[in-house]
Amino acid sequence: MLLIALLLIPLVGALLVAAGSAKTARAIAASTTLAALALSVWVACVWRTDGAQTQSLFFAVPWAEGLGVMLAAGLDGVSLLLVLLTALLGPICVFASFSAVKERERTYYASLLALQAAVTGVFIAKDLILFYTCFEFTLVPMFVLISIYGSTNRKKAAVKFFLYTFTGSIIALAGLVYIAWRHAERNEGQWTFMIDALAVTARSLPIETQGWLLLAMMAGFAVKVPLFPVHTWLPLAHTEAPTAGSVVLAGVLLKLGTYAVYRFVLPFTPAAVAEYAPLLANLCVIGIVYGGLICWVQTDVKKLVAYSSVAHLGFCMLGMFALNHTGVAGSILYMINHGLSTGALFLLIGMVYERYHTRSMKELGGLGARMPVWSTFMVFFTMASVGLPGLNGFVSEFMCLMGTFQASSAWGSGVWGSLAAHRPVGATFGDLGPWYAIIAGTGVIIAAMYLLYMLGHVVWGKLREPHAHDHGAHNAGETNAVLPADLTAREIGVLAPLAALCIFLGVYPGPVLDMISPDVRNTLTMVEVGRAAADVSRAPHEPAEANAEHASPQPEVHR
Amino acid sequence: MTERLAFLWPEIALFLTTCVVMVLGLSRSAGTRRATPVVAGLGVLVSLYLAIATTPGTTPGVCPITGTRFTPAATAASGQLLLPDMVPYAKTVIAGVGLLLLMLLAGVVDRSEEAQIASGKRVFDPLRSNAAEFYSFYLFSLTGLMLCAGADDLVWLFLALELTSLPTYIMVTVSTARNASREAGVKYFFLGALGAAMFLYGFALIYGGTGTTRLNEIAMIFREQGIGTLPMAGVLLALLGMGFKIAAVPMHFYTADVYQGAASPVSAFLAFVPKTAGFLGILLLCATAGWSYDFAGSGSRLLSGEAAVQTPWGSRLPEQVRLLLWVVAALTMTVGNVLAILQGSVKRTLAYSSIAHSGYMLVGVIAGPADGSFARSGVAAVLFYLAAYGVMNTGAFAAIAMLERSPGRDGEAREIDSWDDLRGLCATHPRAGWTLVVCALSLLGLPPLLGFFGKLPLFTSGIHAGEIVLVVVLGVNSAIAAFYYLRLAFLPLTEPADTTAEPVAAAPFRSRSLAGLLAAAGVIVIGIAGGWLMRASETASGGKPVVDDTPEAIGPATPPHGGGPAVTPRHE
Repeated sequence: MLLIALLLIPLVGALLVAAGSAKTARAIAASTTLAALALSVWVACVWRTDGAQTQSLFFAVPWAEGLGVMLAAGLDGVSLLLVLLTALLGPICVFASFSAVKERERTYYASLLALQAAVTGVFIAKDLILFYTCFEFTLVPMFVLISIYGSTNRKKAAVKFFLYTFTGSIIALAGLVYIAWRHAERNEGQWTFMIDALAVTARSLPIETQGWLLLAMMAGFAVKVPLFPVHTWLPLAHTEAPTAGSVVLAGVLLKLGTYAVYRFVLPFTPAAVAEYAPLLANLCVIGIVYGGLICWVQTDVKKLVAYSSVAHLGFCMLGMFALNHTGVAGSILYMINHGLSTGALFLLIGMVYERYHTRSMKELGGLGARMPVWSTFMVFFTMASVGLPGLNGFVSEFMCLMGTFQASSAWGSGVWGSLAAHRPVGATFGDLGPWYAIIAGTGVIIAAMYLLYMLGHVVWGKLREPHAHDHGAHNAGETNAVLPADLTAREIGVLAPLAALCIFLGVYPGPVLDMISPDVRNTLTMVEVGRAAADVSRAPHEPAEANAEHASPQPEVHR
Repeated sequence: MTERLAFLWPEIALFLTTCVVMVLGLSRSAGTRRATPVVAGLGVLVSLYLAIATTPGTTPGVCPITGTRFTPAATAASGQLLLPDMVPYAKTVIAGVGLLLLMLLAGVVDRSEEAQIASGKRVFDPLRSNAAEFYSFYLFSLTGLMLCAGADDLVWLFLALELTSLPTYIMVTVSTARNASREAGVKYFFLGALGAAMFLYGFALIYGGTGTTRLNEIAMIFREQGIGTLPMAGVLLALLGMGFKIAAVPMHFYTADVYQGAASPVSAFLAFVPKTAGFLGILLLCATAGWSYDFAGSGSRLLSGEAAVQTPWGSRLPEQVRLLLWVVAALTMTVGNVLAILQGSVKRTLAYSSIAHSGYMLVGVIAGPADGSFARSGVAAVLFYLAAYGVMNTGAFAAIAMLERSPGRDGEAREIDSWDDLRGLCATHPRAGWTLVVCALSLLGLPPLLGFFGKLPLFTSGIHAGEIVLVVVLGVNSAIAAFYYLRLAFLPLTEPADTTAEPVAAAPFRSRSLAGLLAAAGVIVIGIAGGWLMRASETASGGKPVVDDTPEAIGPATPPHGGGPAVTPRHE
């Protein structure tokens, strides 16, 4: 029941906001999101004490019986972590919007809350149709947020966002329904859409079929991530969205894609993923380098951060496709960290935009003199985003690269063979390896360059402010005239929790890693089993010792 | 003969109401004239009740929906039907959606006429009034539609289809006073006659090849002797002809013009009633030509499991029929959706969207009934989709019909039809706006709305039948459709209202708003909690009966023709 409450609180809040007046919208939205945050912390406590098996955190009732669809929800460490992130960003988005949104407030806050409900639903769904329902439903409130409250080019951005993701996810749905059909065929026509049950069937399909399914699923999920060739909607949507929209988009909406890859692609089509990992990793690496280079030439600060998301998510997916514990755990940690630091960067840019109505680096400069507190936060979160050791970005980025580096069964041949005659300790099965990690590693350097370049322009240097800005009190009629030069207490309050978490996760990521470790291990066991089965069915040439190294002690683990 | 009455009560109720309405509408008293649609509505309500309560299915003695016990004679009569379980479901859905459509049709005819009479400018002249005819024709059309579901004979099927269609030609023509309506009516009539001629010709060929017009006799002959060239040509021609009713490519050319020319409520009527008639006819024809329905013994039932596969005719449609439907389905979806994007008129867009939805449903026809379980049976998917489409499409048209522009020179209020008219509706006319948003998103197939749960079984049954390519075409088309449904859903929601243009006014008919709100509520509620409708459509396709009788129990429970061949003597 707790989980359903988690889903219902924002939904009920959205309805209340829509039914109430414009005056109460803010208060209802703020209290609802805070309640959802409190509840999710409570859920996390229950989860920690009772363990993942607890019945209090599992929920299943029949929904559409003819199709075997269940309203089923459950939590594992990974989804709990993402639920917490969603719940945290909820109130932050609401509080950050107080001064930015002055008209049509009801629609705005109702959309934010509906979005939060849908995203939470995605993370707790144990049934494919519930997952898909929430996955698709995120599009509607996000479309509303972008197309009403966005900046100049918002229409185009909103439509592009909707069409890209909708098209992709229909193809993914077709693939997933095919798996459900195969499952029903094996179980005397009993249809079910429970994710865990489908995974068993999907893993046992021949590798050619898995390849097609991988293609179908990636068509839906890679768009959402976004991976390199299908990323073009993202910078546009990010740039045009209102501040809170960008925060949610970067913070949790992109994570729907990476989470879906973790939840579906890895356990459903392990053999195909192992087979095509180099191809997918190539796309990630291209995304990292190409995204970074594009960032370098941006003059719009928000666009720069938007493109940096493409590069960052490239790291995240690279770690995922390394298919070893370090990489996948790092990738999941990356989801959280990217949500925190990039979300904060969008908030900071939004705060400047509210004051100056521009985001162009040509018009802004040396704000360190005018806005010292803002600049402090800006430098801090930029460093977190770059991956300064001691802050959160570093841990996950390092783990992703490390995982990629290790994931190579090609040790002992080629260039590396001359360096290391034997397979070094720690190398895991996989077709990635040092080259991928090295090229991706240049992305870290590029990131440092463009982000520091941006900082140098905007924070340091000579003070440049646009002439016709309504800064200060001389334009009392303007909505934002009330904002002082530097950040208000509300704005600091919005940023401070994010900053605290950045430091915490940078210095002591242990608890979070402990939380996700068992689940990552489970998933990797499934990958191992599935891949090994495919290898056996094809040709017995595969080195078996690679599997034994990090196979879980209990290979049959059911969550 | 009299036992046939057992499953005609809803039609009889409609017909009696028609007679009453025809007189009431010509009354000199304005109050009585105003009561005409109410009486028609009561008639439909009674027939809805009768459809639920009295129509027998195959399960002996038990109505599949209410569990009412039936006399053996009534069951025997239904036993001669090809798809007996479809009848109660189809009639219930027809009466239900028919009520929604009636609420929408309020005030279509005689509006300025009645206004002039009320203001004393003119006295009532029966020759100038259309209300009596309009509501009678509406009831006639519904009667014909219900008769389609229970057709057991080619002649019956033809007459039922024509009884459905002929009134609609007139409804289109009188729906507005504009020339566009007359043009639409004439166009619709001539092309409709062409369609009717085609399937009549097809029926004649089938009769020529088999020597009988009774569907279950034809089905037995097809199963025992195979389908010869002549009857096969007949089946294909008949299917193409019915393609006109469902607006399938290449018989779709009238659709956009007619929908645009008719008043929006009548367009909504056209999108549901003839389409449903066409699909019922197609299902009956396909069940005659293929699929694993068994007609031996006491009426037809679906063979399941091994028995279905081992039948000599197999469980699939004949290859020629499948091929024809396959090509038509793929073309219909694609042409409908692509052309819908290009339209500048809302009603034309909805017309092309109606074409596309027919294409989706044809996927279910091609998939066939399989073992009758909801996830695998294409027939159940089609029947479910017909109900879902009836609700959500009526809602979309209701949103258009709720609004109008102030009268022009001819004194007639104009309908809204341009995209700009939809801007900001959620703020200016919340009821119309939100109805349109919800229904358009449902037509798009966004979960958890009704349209998604309509499309999902089409996916699953198509995959089960091995029609992967067609399912991919269906998926791609759903994505293409997003282009225009997105506009339909979000223009009212996110755009500011157009302040420069003349504002849109609410049409003064409360029942239209009610129809829209009911449809929108249905789209949400049935989407979230629609298990009962799924079970009902599963039963309707001949799947699991509600009362779980074993086949042994079915045999002796139907005494009059017990054990005899399905080929029973005629009851004339």
